[in-house]
Parts: sequence; C-alpha cells; structure tokens
Amino acid sequence: MKLGLWLAGGEMRAHPWRALSALAAIAIGVALGLAVQLINTSAVTEFAQAVRAASGQADLEIRGPRGGFDESVFARVVADPDIAVASPVVEVDALVLGDAPAAPGKTRTLKVLGIDPFRAGQVAPALIGAPAAGDGADLLADDTIFLSPAAQSWLELAPGATLTLQVGLERVALRVAGSLPGARPRQRLATMDIGAAQWRLARLGSLSRIELRLAAGASREGVTQRLAAWLPAGVFVSPPEAGDIRAANLSRAYRVNLNVLALVALFTGAFLVFSTQALSVVRRRGEFALLRTLGWPARALVRQIVAEGAAIGVVGSVIGAGLGIAAAQAAVALFGGDLGGGYFAGVAPALLLDPAAICGFVALGTLAAAAGSLAPALEVARAAPAQAIRSGAEAALFGSGSALRRLWPGLALIALGAVLTRLPPLHGLPVAGYLAIACWLVGGIALVPGLAGHAFAVVARRVSPRMHPLAFLSTQRLAAAPGQAGIALAGVVASFALMVAMAIMVGSFRDSVDRWLGRVLAAPLYFRVPLGGNSTFVAPAEVAAIAAHPALEHVEWLRIQQFDLDPARPPVTLMARTLDLNNPGERIPLTGDALARAQIPADTLPVWVSEAMVDLYGWSPGSRQTLPLGGRAIAVTVAGVWRDFARQHGTVTLNLDDYQRLSGDRGITDAALWPRAGTTAAALTEALQRDVPATRHLEFGEPGAIRELSLRIFDRSFAVTYLLELVAIAIGLAGIGATFSAQALARAREFGMLRHLGITRAELLRLLALEAAGLTLFGIVAGGVLGLAIALVLVRVVNPQSFHWNMDLAVPWGLLGVVTALLVFAGISTALLATRQATGAGPLRAVREDW
Amino acid sequence: MLELDRIAKTPPGGHTLFADLSLTLAGGEYVAIMGESGVGKSTLLNLVAGLDHPDAGEIRVGGRRISGLADEAAARLRREKLGFIFQAFHVLPHLTLEQNVRVPLLLLRRDDPARAAAMLEAVGLGRRLHAYPRELSGGELQRVAMARALVHRPALLLADEPTGNLDPETAGVVLALLREEIKQNGATAIIVTHSAHAAASADRVLELTRGGLAPRTP
Repeated sequence: MKLGLWLAGGEMRAHPWRALSALAAIAIGVALGLAVQLINTSAVTEFAQAVRAASGQADLEIRGPRGGFDESVFARVVADPDIAVASPVVEVDALVLGDAPAAPGKTRTLKVLGIDPFRAGQVAPALIGAPAAGDGADLLADDTIFLSPAAQSWLELAPGATLTLQVGLERVALRVAGSLPGARPRQRLATMDIGAAQWRLARLGSLSRIELRLAAGASREGVTQRLAAWLPAGVFVSPPEAGDIRAANLSRAYRVNLNVLALVALFTGAFLVFSTQALSVVRRRGEFALLRTLGWPARALVRQIVAEGAAIGVVGSVIGAGLGIAAAQAAVALFGGDLGGGYFAGVAPALLLDPAAICGFVALGTLAAAAGSLAPALEVARAAPAQAIRSGAEAALFGSGSALRRLWPGLALIALGAVLTRLPPLHGLPVAGYLAIACWLVGGIALVPGLAGHAFAVVARRVSPRMHPLAFLSTQRLAAAPGQAGIALAGVVASFALMVAMAIMVGSFRDSVDRWLGRVLAAPLYFRVPLGGNSTFVAPAEVAAIAAHPALEHVEWLRIQQFDLDPARPPVTLMARTLDLNNPGERIPLTGDALARAQIPADTLPVWVSEAMVDLYGWSPGSRQTLPLGGRAIAVTVAGVWRDFARQHGTVTLNLDDYQRLSGDRGITDAALWPRAGTTAAALTEALQRDVPATRHLEFGEPGAIRELSLRIFDRSFAVTYLLELVAIAIGLAGIGATFSAQALARAREFGMLRHLGITRAELLRLLALEAAGLTLFGIVAGGVLGLAIALVLVRVVNPQSFHWNMDLAVPWGLLGVVTALLVFAGISTALLATRQATGAGPLRAVREDW
Repeated sequence: MLELDRIAKTPPGGHTLFADLSLTLAGGEYVAIMGESGVGKSTLLNLVAGLDHPDAGEIRVGGRRISGLADEAAARLRREKLGFIFQAFHVLPHLTLEQNVRVPLLLLRRDDPARAAAMLEAVGLGRRLHAYPRELSGGELQRVAMARALVHRPALLLADEPTGNLDPETAGVVLALLREEIKQNGATAIIVTHSAHAAASADRVLELTRGGLAPRTP
C-alpha cells in the first residue's frame, strides 16, 4: 500500500500535467453528462409536478382530445355511485397579448384552467383563487382570472390589472382578481370559473378533463372498467400518474439521445486516461521491471496501475460533478429547462440535485478511468521483467507481440455490433443501436494498432531512404511501434469518428428536412394562427371572408388538433386539410405507394399517416383502424404513409371536409394561399389584412422565409450537439498532445542520439511533424471510416427508432474536408508544441548522462 | 586534425574545469583520455563535438572552427566529420541492424547499403543484417554502434566508455575491433575511459586532471 502510494505520488510529482490533463478530460466528461442529466431530470420533474398539481388529489382522471369532449359526459359521470366528487376542467394554453416578456423557449402561452370552484376545492384546492379584494363573487365572475405568483411575476401583472388573451382571432380582456397561493413556486398558471372559461375561451359545451375522487371503498379498477365501457371514442380514464408517464415519454428519446452524446465526452476522456497510462507504463517499464525482479507479483502491478487510473477518475469525477452541478444551475437560470429540443419551452424548473445521478456519474467517471488503465496494466504485467529492464524494451511494450495488435477482439466486437443493428427498439428506445455504436467504436479502435502496423509498413516500404531519409525514419518508427501509434490514435479516432458520425447524421437530417420543406411548401404564401397555444383559430366567418377575397385565386385550409390513442403516450396530431383525394401525393410527401381512391373500402374514410404512426401504433398501409372524432369511433383505412419531420409522436391526415362533417369543428389553424395572376404574395397579405382585419392576428409567411426559419430552428436544436462534439474533439486533441509529450520524454535518448549524429533541430521538428501528420492522417482515415459506419447506424437505426424519422444519407463533404484539414493542422501543432523539449537541450543531456 | 587552443570552461554554478587547456591530435591518431569522475572528461567531449561552447579559446576540427558555431552549423559539421560511440549503445530499436548503420549515410544523403553491410560484416554481424536490436546482446549492440560510428568515414571518432557495459572478454574483442576499424578507416579517435585495459588499446594515453591534460604515467 505504502509502496503503491510512493510510486503514484512520484509519478504525479514527476509528470503532473499529464495526469492533470487526463483528470481534466474525465472531469469535463462527468460535468457534461451530469449537467445534461440534471437539467433534463429537473425539467421533466417540474413538468410532471405541474401536471400533478393541476389534478390535485384525484384518484382518476378522464381526459379527451385537446380540443375537448362533450360536456354531457360529466352528467353521466356524476351519476356513478362510486364517484364521490367529479371536478370538470377546461384547459386552454392561451396566447398572451401585450408586453409580456417571452418565456424561455420564446413561448408566450399561459395555461388557463376553467374550474368549478366548489368541486375543485375537494380535489385540487391549490387551483382555487384567493380574491385580492376579498370578494368571493370574483371566483364565479365571467371577466376575472387568478394568476399564480410565478405568472404574475412573469407577466408583470398585479391584481386589478388586465390580462389580454387571444381567442380565435379576437382579444379577450380579463381582470386579474387575485392570486393562486397554493400553486407551485415556479408554476405559470391561471384559473377562472369554468362557465366563464367555456364562454370567453370559445369552449362552449366542451370539457378538457374531469378529475375524480372515488367514494370510500370503491375500486379504482372497477370504476375505470365501468367508465371505459361507455366513454366516447378518444376519451380515456386513467390514474393521474399516467400524466407523469406521458410527460416523461414526450421527451424521452430526445433526452436519452442527449445523455448518450454527453457520455461521448466521458468515453473520449477514458481513451485519454488510456493514452496517459499506456505511455506512463512505457516510460516506467524499468521501474516496474525492477519491482517485478524484487518480488512484486504481476497481479500487484496490475492493481497499482488500475488504482492510479481510478484515482485520476475519482478526483476528476468529483471535480466534474461540482462543475456539472454549477453548469446545470447556470443553464437552468439562463435558459430554463430546455436544451434545444423545445420539449420544455416555458418550463422554468428549480435544479433538482438527484443524489443517485451524482453518485452514478462519479462512479461512471471512476470506472471509465479505471477501464482506461486496464489494458496498459495487463500489457506491462505480461512483459518479462528481464526483457523489460533492458534498453530498447519500450518498443516491445505495445509492439509486435502486444495484445493490442490482435485483430480478433476488434473483429468480434464489430460482428457483434452488426448483429445488434438488426434488433428492434427496447421500450421505445434504440438500446441495441447505441450498443452497436459502442461495439463498433471500441472494436474499430481495437483494430487500429494492427491496421496501423500494416498500413505504415506498406508506406515504409515505399519510402525511399535515399530520397527522403526523414520520412524513412518516421515511417519505420510508425511501422515498428503500431501499438504506441494506436495509443496516440485512440482519442483521435474516437472523437473524429463520433464527429464524422454526428456531422453526417445532422447533415443528412438537415438535407432531408430541407428537401422535405421544398416539397411541402408548394404555395406562394401561407398563414397560420400564432404558435404556442390552442386558444387561437380562424372562425368560419373569417374563413368565408378570406376565401371570397378577389385577390385570391385558390386556398387550401388546414386544421391541426391533438388527440390521444393511448393515454400513456404523448398525443397524436390530427391534421385535417384540403386534399385532392385522387392525388393526395401532390400535397403530402408520401414515402411509398398509396392506395388509390377505389381501393378504400366504402365504409371507411381514407387517412394518410406519418411513419411514427406505423412504428408506434402499427397503422400500416392498407390496415383498418378506428379514429376518435367528435366523440365517435370512425372507421378509417390507412391509404398511405408520409414523412413528417415536424412531429415525432404521430400524425394522421384526413380530408378537411370529412373532418368538419364528423367533428362539427369548423375552425381553421393554417392555410396555403395562391394569389391571382399579377398579385404578389406581399400584395395579397396586405390586401387580406386590409379587407379582413382579423387576419392581422395571423402570421403570414412566404416559403423562403418559412424554410429559412425552420432551418434556423433546426440548427438551434442541434446547438448542444455541436457543443458536445467540440468538447469531444478538444479532448481528442489533448490526447495527441499528451501522447506526444509523453513520447518526447520516453524517446529523449533517441532524439539525443539523432542530434549527435548530426540531425538539426529543424530536421528533428520535421521528423516529428511527419510522424504527427502520419498518425493524424491515419486517425482521420480510420475515424472517418468508423464515423461513416456509425452514421449509418444513427441514420438507419437510432433515428428511426428514437424519433420515427427516416432520412436519406447525405455526406457533408465540404464540412468534413475543412474539419479534416483543421484537425491535421491541430494534430501537428499539438504534437510539435508537446514535443518542444525534443528540440531543446534535454535530449542532448539524455545521451550525455551516459558520458 | 583536432586542435584545442587554450580552452577555458566553467559550467554554470560549478567549479572551473579547464582554465587553459590545449591539445593537438594529428590525423589517424588514437588517444585515450582517463581521469577521475567529475574532472571534466564528458565536458571535454561535448566541447569537441560542438554540443557545448567553451568560455574562452578555440576548437578546430579538420581546420574548421567548431567552437562558437551556431547549432545548425555544428549539427552539419557533426554529421559530416564526427562519429560517436556511447556507453549505452543508443541504437534505434525500431530499425534493423543494417538500417541503423545506414542512418549516418542517409543523413548525409550518401546512402550505401553495401558499405553498411560491409561494416556489419567487419564487426562480425554480417549474417544478421535484418535482425532487430532487441535480439542482440550488449556486446553485439556495441559492435553495431561501432559500425554506425565509422560507416561514413568520419575524420574524428569520439567514444565514451565504449566497453563500460561489457564483460571483460567481450570488451577485449570490441576494443581490438575498434582499433582495427579506426586504423583501417584512418580516423582520429578519442576514447574516454576509466578502464586501463581499454586505454591500452590507444596509441597514447592522456590523464585529465585539474591542472590540464598530461601524458599518463604507468
């Protein structure tokens, strides 16, 4: 134990910067992973708690489509003898007008709950407002609203002030009558009387949900079964916990993806520990050989080296955990809980310090560092002490006989990865896909030493010693010590492969989205109701006025609603639109052949579904399904599948006429407009806003601008991804620096001898630059091939299984070319910086020590 | 061939090693320098090799002043005129014996595999041209170093304790070989050693003391 501490302490004192760089890499990896985890956990928890707060102490909850369900359901529910209290709720995400600052994620919507104060008091008392003026009549007034403290602070509205909401295209003014003292500290919420809400928020005759408290002794399962038997189609009864699951499911794939990406930095850090430890054992081979000779068993040596790595891991992980918590705290304070995916826009969580996550990441960092030390430890343990103590034995370590040069472990991992790519998702997550990537990455890196040996040997044979003596010397060295080259390359190959994979995946995604936008944006002009809520729509009178406008040649309408097919899953989008039933592919980007109109059974309606519907609900082409519409179960036939990059939880498209006929809903949310010949899109916008004043509350956009905005949002969504990738690359480059720096020391005598033989400093630098360039280029080629393979897994397996998006592979050659050039330059510069001692007096002294 | 003219040297933070040291060696002369540890033998070799600079005085190799040369110029002069043999051999582990011996020729852009093979043949390793250093014993490695030191026919050979890591029997073989090769190649040679046996292989033996260089008396 004491000897181990002496050895580790001596190594640390002798080369503190190398140990510190490995420690920093682990710290960064843990910090990133933990920060992402904490932010996501906090956001999901806040989101779920807000959902729970709204349902209070309910035993069950009846929930329907976002557009609501018929309020007659309520009368039948209260008649059930097992139900003690039924509290009806109208829930509207209302667009706030005025000067309210945009919340994180730029949303300006406020959740407004219409409640029956007498009933809600028995289920969710936190929703009952406290009238500021002490006038209880305000709770039932039709022009009052109660704001939670967080909402008052966000909107800068005190009791007595007026809150203006947009409903349809009209403005609705409500008086802030008081506060919601029982609301959660950061919860932005408003409540008002349910009757007032139905009237003022255009929800007459409909409810969003009913919270239920059961009578003493009533069975939850029994009531659930009884209600489910008669509830209208699309209306479900479920325990309130289902809301938590739904909240978590909404963003689960995105969060898991982000966590995996954050772990990449830790993964690369483990390779840096591997490089550091591997080069440390090369340098200390004499010390270890001496200890073996003096009677230290090989096992103790392995323990010592792994313990040194684990010590780096523990310290790095603890520092990383501190940094991660600080980063998460700062991120939540600055950006709220949303990391770019848009799932938690508007959620302003308090940071939740999850001890399990913190301990888990510290353990993971320690494990990664210990694992990074294992291969070097085993390598040095298998070296014969008598040989290791001799000069020149460093070439034998990680040399031709090294376990690192064996090809079969790498090939086996790659084969295993190939098998894993064929497996289906596990609980909706591409677990096998992620494992396949890990197998290919580790397997690919395991093949690097062996392949590098062969590649450099081929190059070395082709380099003429007469013409290029320096190149000859450098390629001979690279060919003779591929194990050491592999050590130097591990970090670069890992980080470059992941960068290439991400660049190709994101590039493919962006390219596909761009082409998709070009396909779906067929009209010269579009309008939509303001985003962010479900209180806005274009009413039939305005629809008629717009359609009759003389500057308009043609208009196609769209109504977007959401409904549930499974209460535990996020809602499905219903897209009703004007369609040419003989040629739906003209407007919908179908992915394959669609059923012709004649092939649709007469007793069903045709619908066209997104790829997610096929994956999540099994709505395959030609299948007969049931669509809840207007409280009825409508038989539909899936006529085709289309690509929807805008929604990942499933979209069902049907003809607008069918939708309006069956639902009675005549509201419109979007439209595509074709102006008459000679009228520009801008002129049409101006004319509509002049002649139909309500349209001034609509957002007009031309395809170019919509496309640009969409791609900007796309890029913003991937900003965190780019940041995490940059960190991985920086750690990879630090690996090159650490490797060359360590090699400069290990090779001091070699450099010194070459200087004695007459090699100038400049020539020595060229020699090192050639080696660095050779190594970096090989790393880039190996990383590039590996990255392309991983990109295929991301594009063909992970993305479809996570987000149900299929895309075409597109390689961003230009970007990769620039990054490659920068990386070669950075690799050479880092190597030269790290080996600057080699050109100084050190090597001369190293040889002169023998004089 | 080698002229040291009134050399003075005091290492930074150390005591004066040489105050007024002079030495002249003719072409083909083989000299051994002995002396106690710390007397400045290594410093003297460094100065002759242009790896260190004297505080005063001049050093000329083949009539060309090496003291005061810039690093690059000194490196080129070493490449052309000097050969080195180290106590710890210092052969490149990733090159074969033949490739190791060719290194000085490659640096001079006068590659000559036949000459390298002949040198290895001369030191008794002609059958192991393609072996790697890890396969050799210490005596064999020193013979490779000797072949490398002489392959480019240097005017001046500097050897530091060339038999320091060898057993007496191997040392005898190496010394005989060294003398034979030096004479055959016509090189001037300085061998620094603690071993009287090794020194005896030289034409004359000098003793380095605080007072300077003087012929060693038996």
